[in-house]
Amino acid sequence: MNDQLNNKSLIQCSNVNVFYADQQALFDINLDIRENEVTSLIGPSGCGKSTFLRCINRMNDVIDICKVEGSISIDNQNIYDPEVDVVELRSRIGMVFQKPNPFPKSVYDNVAYGPKLHGRILHQEDLDRKVQESLERAGLWSEVKDRLHEPGTSLSGGQQQRLCIARAIAIDPSVILMDEPCSALDPIATAKIEELIDELKSKYTITIVTHSMQQAARVSQRTAFFHLGKLIEVGDTEKIFRSPEHEQTEAYVTGRYG
Amino acid sequence: MSSNNFKKRHRAEKRFKAYGLISLVTAAIMLIVIIGSMIYKSIPAFTNYTLDLEVNMVSQSLDTDIEEINYRGIVRDSFFSLFPEVQDRSEKRKLSKLISSSAGYSLRDFIIENPTYGNKKFYFSVLFTDDSDLFYKGYVDVYLPEDERRLDNQEIFWLTKLQSRGRVESKISRNLFLNGDSREPEVAGFYGATIGSLITIFVTLVLSFPIGVITAIYLENFAIKNRITDFIEVNINNLAAVPSIIFGLLGLAVFINFFGMPRSVPLVGGLVLSLMTLPTIIITTRSSLQSVPPSIREAALAMGASEMQVVFQHLLPAALPGIFTGAIIGLARAFGESAPLLLIGMVAFIVDIPASINDPATALPVQIYLWADSPERAFVAKTSAATLILIGLLIVINLVAVILRKRYEVKW
Ligand SMILES: Nc1ncnc2c1ncn2[C@@H]1O[C@H](COP(=O)(O)OP(=O)(O)OP(=O)(O)O)[C@@H](O)[C@H]1O
Ligand SMILES: [Mg+2]
Repeated sequence: MNDQLNNKSLIQCSNVNVFYADQQALFDINLDIRENEVTSLIGPSGCGKSTFLRCINRMNDVIDICKVEGSISIDNQNIYDPEVDVVELRSRIGMVFQKPNPFPKSVYDNVAYGPKLHGRILHQEDLDRKVQESLERAGLWSEVKDRLHEPGTSLSGGQQQRLCIARAIAIDPSVILMDEPCSALDPIATAKIEELIDELKSKYTITIVTHSMQQAARVSQRTAFFHLGKLIEVGDTEKIFRSPEHEQTEAYVTGRYG
Repeated sequence: MSSNNFKKRHRAEKRFKAYGLISLVTAAIMLIVIIGSMIYKSIPAFTNYTLDLEVNMVSQSLDTDIEEINYRGIVRDSFFSLFPEVQDRSEKRKLSKLISSSAGYSLRDFIIENPTYGNKKFYFSVLFTDDSDLFYKGYVDVYLPEDERRLDNQEIFWLTKLQSRGRVESKISRNLFLNGDSREPEVAGFYGATIGSLITIFVTLVLSFPIGVITAIYLENFAIKNRITDFIEVNINNLAAVPSIIFGLLGLAVFINFFGMPRSVPLVGGLVLSLMTLPTIIITTRSSLQSVPPSIREAALAMGASEMQVVFQHLLPAALPGIFTGAIIGLARAFGESAPLLLIGMVAFIVDIPASINDPATALPVQIYLWADSPERAFVAKTSAATLILIGLLIVINLVAVILRKRYEVKW
């Protein structure tokens, strides 16, 4: 399963502390995320998985009371450096949210939004091709090719989530962050998205938050276990699920937690 | 026992529905009564009795300037010729008061427009005065003692005689729709006031809509939250509750007395009403911006949109229906407002139709106030007619709101 084990690390997090006002949500996180792999973040609710994920594209900046300390480097550049342009940073990182959140625009406009926003594609034919390619890669093309100009919000929940994935990959990000992308979906839609994640990893570096142990086991090469704001253990997915080093991890992955 | 509980709950629900229905029906009946009585009262205002006069211009020498002719005399002469028996001077004066003093002017206007009639003999219809008009409409009770009526027996005799000769005709009152104000009820119209209102509200729209929306966007999405912005917020909310007459006082003090702007002009009226409308627009815009799901904002930010792109590409389009609704509610309120306009002099007696933001003008609600205050009986119907027009325009404004809301509605 894991012959890419020694991929070089793309994202290095060191001593990341996050505070919401006076309350600390993450404690001294040191975690490397490797290129062209799927890393899953697991842990009980409220342990700071989403918070950590949002640190990677600086979405925490949007929350007034949120303060991030420490450093996170992508491609050896500290993204919390004051010189970093957040908008530019986010244009290199795709994000898929727990609840599908397509824009109230047409399917086409949803996917074309990013490329147009960043002015990367100037010709209509190129844009058409990009939209089709992104929808194809998100496994949605065959379902929506005849309804590209219907509102994205009129699709089913699973289709909407794949539309959001298509929207995210249309900007050719190097990293894709997914926060429980399948939590609102049925098993069939979930299977489709898992398949998709597996395909996408050849081109992108993916970090996924999930509450499903099976999902983590199926899609990810590495797994990080969080508990109460601390990173307890990180390692190959196989190892985390088969022989974790920490007792807490074992309790959680075997379902004895709580 | 539990079935009893269910019954109770169903009964409570039925009772609540009944209350709702009763209040709805009451409101509907009141509305129908108000509008109905307004329509009923306004009916006399829409028509005017006119007299067909044979006007003789033949005797006018061709070389007199057509502006110089004594039209009033011509009208009077041809009117007197219908009553050859009246010779006494004071009787003649009384007789001449039966037809509108506007008759000479309308003949003059007609000849200037159609100079070929300048030396012909032709039939021309002139207006009666308001009192004669009301007599024909049946509003004069001839059984009252003579000194309690606006028309004495002699006048009534003349009017009846004219009617029996088939010279009298009821026509749609063009003056009502096409004229400005006048001291003569049969000449007065609400066109001037309507135009004044429209110009004023246009100024209000142009000023308050962009300023209000931009302020709201800034406060909502860009302003740093601190004491100063909190203070501004509280004040905006307070301003929305300030009585409108205060804005009139402010306008008088600031725009007219301090900046020396002219009185009675739509520009100042629009400025004052903008001040009044701004808080409403700011508050509704902010709440419509807030009601856009935060997930849309997050999605756009995560795609790499800047704060401004988020606002203009996502929040604003989604908030537009709410913003339009708020703006139009504010404008409709301003449209029906009279108190602040009284203070800045838009209550003056203005005959001319305003053509720009700097022409003296009045507004419909003020015109209604003026007419309601006039002693002449004929202004009662005019007041109702003007009120109907005001209500009609407000309905149009609200329809525009509905259409805009439907047009820009976002489906989630
Ligand atoms: N916007 C916020 N303001 C204040 N506190 C927050 C905010 N978001 C998260 N927190 C707090 O930070 C901690 C971590 O939250 P986070 O959302 O990262 O958890 P999570 O691991 O994603 O949980 P879940 O699995 O339920 O999504 C929690 O204690 C939460 O209360
Ligand atoms: Mg979460």
